Amino acid sequence: MKYMLLTYGDPGPHARDPLLRAIPETGEWVAGAPLADPGLACTLRVRDGVAETTDGPFADAREQLMGYWLIDCETLDRAVELAALLPGAGTAAIEVRPVMDPSGMEM
Amino acid sequence: MEMGELLRPLASQVLATMVRRYGQFDACEDAVQDALLAATVQWPADGVPDNPRGWLITVAARRLADQWRSESARRRRETTAAALAGPEETAAAADVDQSAHDDTLTLLFLCCHPELSPPSQVALTLRAVGGLTTAQIASAFLVPEATMAQRISRAKRAVTGVEFAAPADAERPQRLGAVLHVLYLVFNEGYTATSGPDLQRPELTREAIRLARRLLRVLPGEGEVAGLLALMLITEARRFARTRFDGALVPLAEQDRESWDGALIAEGVQLISATLARAPAGPYQLQAAIAAVHAEAKRAEDTDWPQVAALYRVLDVVAPSPIVTLNRAVAVAMVDGPQAGLDLVATLDSDDRVARHHRVPAVRAHLLEMAGDIAAARDAYRHAARRTTSMPEQRYLEDRAGRLSE
Repeated sequence: MKYMLLTYGDPGPHARDPLLRAIPETGEWVAGAPLADPGLACTLRVRDGVAETTDGPFADAREQLMGYWLIDCETLDRAVELAALLPGAGTAAIEVRPVMDPSGMEM
Repeated sequence: MEMGELLRPLASQVLATMVRRYGQFDACEDAVQDALLAATVQWPADGVPDNPRGWLITVAARRLADQWRSESARRRRETTAAALAGPEETAAAADVDQSAHDDTLTLLFLCCHPELSPPSQVALTLRAVGGLTTAQIASAFLVPEATMAQRISRAKRAVTGVEFAAPADAERPQRLGAVLHVLYLVFNEGYTATSGPDLQRPELTREAIRLARRLLRVLPGEGEVAGLLALMLITEARRFARTRFDGALVPLAEQDRESWDGALIAEGVQLISATLARAPAGPYQLQAAIAAVHAEAKRAEDTDWPQVAALYRVLDVVAPSPIVTLNRAVAVAMVDGPQAGLDLVATLDSDDRVARHHRVPAVRAHLLEMAGDIAAARDAYRHAARRTTSMPEQRYLEDRAGRLSE
């Protein structure tokens, strides 16, 4: 089961967190990175085939998306356990969300 | 014969023999990979040796010795010497077969060791027993190769100190249960795989069936091994009927039964019938028996639902789980009417294990639709659609809800 771990917090320099290294060696880490300052983002909408971009992040909120981590592990409990190791766990909030699976069971 | 076809079954036998003789699972695995690589280079040029297995073992043992020499000269010098002096394949053919059988089983037990998490057990089994490459396993589970390589090497390290021996009698049933569960997980992973052109996944169902066949040859008297193989065969028979060309899921009741694979069904039904006649029925046998009842109905309306409901009732005693109760509710509804099924589903309302599971509202929706409560059915389908984490299931549930809005 794949989960997306989304770190939300006050934009600012990313903490150097040695705990991050606890994840890759388990064979559960798929991809991920801290994100640059939301001031560097632009937001795109295509409406009726016309692309419009605005400067800045999607949401005008104090807490911004700071990083994303894709993991593949057995249970939600395990995903939460891994999320607790992420940089920012001690200061920001981490949303743990299942990723949709392209396959399905016979109903 | 293709070189790969020839080498794949030998790979796990050679690995098993190596680990039995020298321990050190991870070092042996590397040595066997080297030997296989040497074979793919040398055999096409020099011809396949008379005793391919013996050749591979000799080469792998030499690599292992080299490795040990270079890594730590003193450590394990004695074992290395023993490795080089070890008796080669001199036993009679029948003994070799028997010891290969025992080794395969021990290797399976090792790969499904309780120290490992199920995903690691699955990965290591496919690698060490199935002989798949790390890249193939990674693509089957839709993760990068680096992720799978980490998972496998961590698993190898975890079992490296474990003695290569059959488990003690007391823990054997539990350990065999873990092996069967791993084969079941491999099968399900393949069975749920999307057939879309963008997803190239190796044939995991075929791999699971192949491994289950091998296990049954080693343990012909184990009813649950036969039960699991029968379940896989009958389920696999429906492969092409369960999705439409565009990838949409087709429920059992609406499948084109003409496109079920008759040969697989015949084999599975024969196997489960013979097994049930002599062994106490375990969970896999009961599931196979249920699959067989469905498979024997020429049309959905010919299904022997009282039989299915009775089998689920036994299964819910032998291996109780909320999912079994849900399946049983559907069968009960077909026998005693939708309300009887809904009453059974209601018993799960306070069950934390399925509090957020989409199958509960999905089954409830189906039964409400049967009962003619269209508005409630539509809400339950939508509720289930939001809960599932599977794209095709979500699409199916949304379609059902949409059909009720018309």
